Amino acid sequence: MSRSSATFCRLKQKTANLPSLATVFVAALGREWRLQVRRRGDLINPLVFFALVVVLFPLGISPTEEILSPVAPGVLWVAALLATLMSLDALFRPDLLDGSLEQQLVSGYPLAPLALAKLAVHWLLSSLPLILLSPFLGVMLYLPWQAQGVLMLSLLLGSLALSLVGAIGAALTAGVGKSGVLMTLLVLPFYIPVLIFGTGAMQAAITGVSPAAHLAMLAALAALALALAPWAVAAGLKIAVSGE
Amino acid sequence: MSVTTSRPPLLTVRQLSCERDERLLFSGLDFDLHCGDLLQLEGPNGVGKTSLMRLLAGLLPVSSGDIAWQGEPLAACREDFYQAMLFIGHLAGIKAELTPLENLHWFAALEGGVQEEDLEEALNRVGLRGFEDQPCHQLSAGQKRRVALARLLFTSRPLWLLDEPFTALDKQGVAAMEQLLADHAAEGGAVILTSHHALEQLTGLRKIHLGQKPSASYEAGNV
Repeated sequence: MSRSSATFCRLKQKTANLPSLATVFVAALGREWRLQVRRRGDLINPLVFFALVVVLFPLGISPTEEILSPVAPGVLWVAALLATLMSLDALFRPDLLDGSLEQQLVSGYPLAPLALAKLAVHWLLSSLPLILLSPFLGVMLYLPWQAQGVLMLSLLLGSLALSLVGAIGAALTAGVGKSGVLMTLLVLPFYIPVLIFGTGAMQAAITGVSPAAHLAMLAALAALALALAPWAVAAGLKIAVSGE
Repeated sequence: MSVTTSRPPLLTVRQLSCERDERLLFSGLDFDLHCGDLLQLEGPNGVGKTSLMRLLAGLLPVSSGDIAWQGEPLAACREDFYQAMLFIGHLAGIKAELTPLENLHWFAALEGGVQEEDLEEALNRVGLRGFEDQPCHQLSAGQKRRVALARLLFTSRPLWLLDEPFTALDKQGVAAMEQLLADHAAEGGAVILTSHHALEQLTGLRKIHLGQKPSASYEAGNV
């Protein structure tokens, strides 16, 4: 090692003046962005899964409009739901394994906002591309034009709820080795209302009824998840860390 | 070395015991930590050194006994405690995908008031000049440890809890770390560390032996 390592003499001492939570939140967003962008494989995999399911569906059943058009909302939503679930599985495990989580716990800042920063970046990088991709796949399934906007809007609201609720499962199972199945079983019951209102909104749009009621329910679910999930995630992560 | 003041000790531990998976690791542990103290936890593997560190850092629930921070029970002043404490465990929270500088950016963000030049200087001083922009997975174990320890150069937190800080460090690195710990103590900081190194350079180092006399009380004796 170079001579400069002979003494690790300290830099000048500063008075303790800890940054505000907002500053730390912004720093956490930046760090998560860099981290998740560098793990591209984890981001692309669920997206490819989503596209493949929808592409293979017409091949497996029938490529005719009479058959595909009625099932399009269900196929798109189920594929999006499973892709989201898949993307969340490894959300917190790397942080647990390399000690980042315990560093966050002892940092003197509440864990919930830090976890929320991670989730926000994850949603931006995995759910948003999925939403932007969905109209193209909708066209492949003969989804009527008047339902395209509702598809994207319902996925936008629904994916918020799915990501937030799924993160609770990911946090609780972070300490369990390969937790894919356990997390799915934990989270899936909470995904069902989102699926029902999501497909409901699209069916309403297809039949010419206003989808507003379904979308309002989705928005309510997303708001509820946003209010409660970060705290549940933080509690789950604390359990995972103390079990290490 | 210890500074006698009228203030209560930084950390007071009374009758602390630790149980993991229904196995009693240690019990009846008593010690005080004052400003300027260097405390080394010793003992064979599996005796509960890391568990004690994690108990002190608040990462494990305390089953019996008391830990007080500046005279106040830890549960009542957890936030103050965390803001004054720096814990580096076996796993230091260094992200393999990020470069050393990016890793330090995060720790600096938790610290506040640290300039960009300070981080570069800190990396320079731990001997990582020229590695600032390489992802950490390309670094050796000892270099990763140096990235983690570089935090100690710019932190203003007084209490350091270091679990095996010398792992994978070379001889010069260990010597430099010992000097750093001595300087920190001289400035009025306090350090608790676990290590199997003899640490002969460090004068005023107190040692606590864990696991020799189970259920007896360990007074933190001088060497």
